[in-house]
Amino acid sequence: MMTETLQHIQLPEGSIEKQTTTLNLGPTHPATHGVFQNIIELDGERIVSAESTVGYIHRAFEKIAERRPLYQITPLTDRLNYCSSPINNMGWHITCEKLLGVETPKRVDYLRVIIMELARISDHLICNSIVGVDTGAFTGFLYVMQYRELIYEIYEEICGSRLTTNIGRIGGFERNFSATAFSKLEKFLKEYPEVLKEFENLFTRNRIFMERTIGGGAISAERALNYGFTGPNLRAAGVDYDVRVHNPYSSYQDFDFIIPVGKTGDNYDRFLVRNEEMWQSLSIIQQAYQKIQEFKGKDAEVYHADVPEYYLPKKEDVYTKMEALIWHFKIIMGEVDMPKGEVYQAVEGGNGELGFYLISDGGRAPFRLHFRRPCFIYYQAYPELVKGGMLSDAVVTMSSLNLIAGEMDA
Amino acid sequence: MALDNAYIQQQLTAQFGEDFFSFSESYGMLTAEFAKESNLKVLQFLYDEPSLAFRFLTDLCAVHNPDLEGKELCVVYHLHNLTENVRLRLKIYTSIQAPQVFTATRLFSSANWMERETYDFYGVNFTGHPNLKRVLNVDEMDYFPLRKEYPLEDQTRIDKDDEMFGRG
Repeated sequence: MMTETLQHIQLPEGSIEKQTTTLNLGPTHPATHGVFQNIIELDGERIVSAESTVGYIHRAFEKIAERRPLYQITPLTDRLNYCSSPINNMGWHITCEKLLGVETPKRVDYLRVIIMELARISDHLICNSIVGVDTGAFTGFLYVMQYRELIYEIYEEICGSRLTTNIGRIGGFERNFSATAFSKLEKFLKEYPEVLKEFENLFTRNRIFMERTIGGGAISAERALNYGFTGPNLRAAGVDYDVRVHNPYSSYQDFDFIIPVGKTGDNYDRFLVRNEEMWQSLSIIQQAYQKIQEFKGKDAEVYHADVPEYYLPKKEDVYTKMEALIWHFKIIMGEVDMPKGEVYQAVEGGNGELGFYLISDGGRAPFRLHFRRPCFIYYQAYPELVKGGMLSDAVVTMSSLNLIAGEMDA
Repeated sequence: MALDNAYIQQQLTAQFGEDFFSFSESYGMLTAEFAKESNLKVLQFLYDEPSLAFRFLTDLCAVHNPDLEGKELCVVYHLHNLTENVRLRLKIYTSIQAPQVFTATRLFSSANWMERETYDFYGVNFTGHPNLKRVLNVDEMDYFPLRKEYPLEDQTRIDKDDEMFGRG
């Protein structure tokens, strides 16, 4: 009788017998870096099983896209992987250009390459420094932030916005790069190598960091392929698949770079692969900038292809020329019919193969648009990656996979 | 022999017969359409045959076309042979009344969530799927939102009295 009244904590039925603890990681947990949930079953600190729930910020982009003309879909793609939205924008433009059969001038391609590689650097920078934060090293994260800031300033100089960029148009860019944009790019190219070197010094051979990351969240190449891994996560497992090399777009074949590969597919290899990719991106930007400076005279002014049906004319032309006015009206009102067709175009996004599957029935909006979102596909491997490991490693694994909730949930 | 669209076409016809597939090509990618009952056989053959070796499932999604009577829903597979770097698209059609399709999860672990997503938005029932429930939408939802019978709201509608949103 006495013992019953003293019992203040009511444990659920069977909880003592099962000998494990259920832990909710997320949806809003500082360790998830995004809105998704993991229900983890723990035996002490070891993970017995994990179950992931996603979809907290689903915004029905595929449905919305079915009512929009092509150029209005660009802002939707921004919001997929918002750490590298220019890559998504460019990928979408390239998909549209493939459907429409637009040939872009070389200078446009190189400018796009610069922007995409800058975006890749900022994406990898965030991912790697977050891995640092989760292993207890906050310095790197704060230190590299100012260079991400510089990248965002370059975006701002080109398109006016920073995070959700809506950069570029079908056929090229909305305006030519300004002198300020190029001088900021030069500043970046000059200062960033030193910063990246220092960032590397903080982590790469750091005993604590190595102990924390080596062996955690490992996956074999075979399993990674079966799980549909792409991008740095697949390369860390030892498969040298890179869309930039396998299906070159935007003149990537003109550039000289190597694809870094890892071996074990663990958190440390993922970190190293991303790190090396930043060096490669830097070298690509340098090459592209050099190529751009080689254009002389009229060629050096080209920043878009000639596609009057989809590329907005200059404002002064709209006021003075009949034809420009007609196109302007038609584009703004979304009255341009697309050709019929079905196209799949992939680009190497920040965290893997970002694919656009576009079906047009000849109307003004896509009949169907599907985004192949890399992190939605590889996140399902998470329970397998963390099973048997420690809870604290599961957190590092999550951040080293570069999961972006916006991309996962579309 | 290099792996190209003609070779894939020839191999598939040799294995499954002349009238089994209908082929088309769109922007350089070969598309093979066939009966939905044989999807696993075809996927398995493409996976196992050493000269084809389509072992990477890039993408899986569905398309709804209400005009096609009896084959309203279409499930699209994008396969990739990473060594030869060739892509292939497979399409199977199913009626919207009985949208049963065999699951590819035993062959590709990546198909798990992609099939869940397809079920979530189009209601394609993947027979044999280990955990076929909604993935992005709430579990309580009782319709399949990406089907064409659910149009997006007309921005100009006036029957809604909602002053907060500028209508009414």
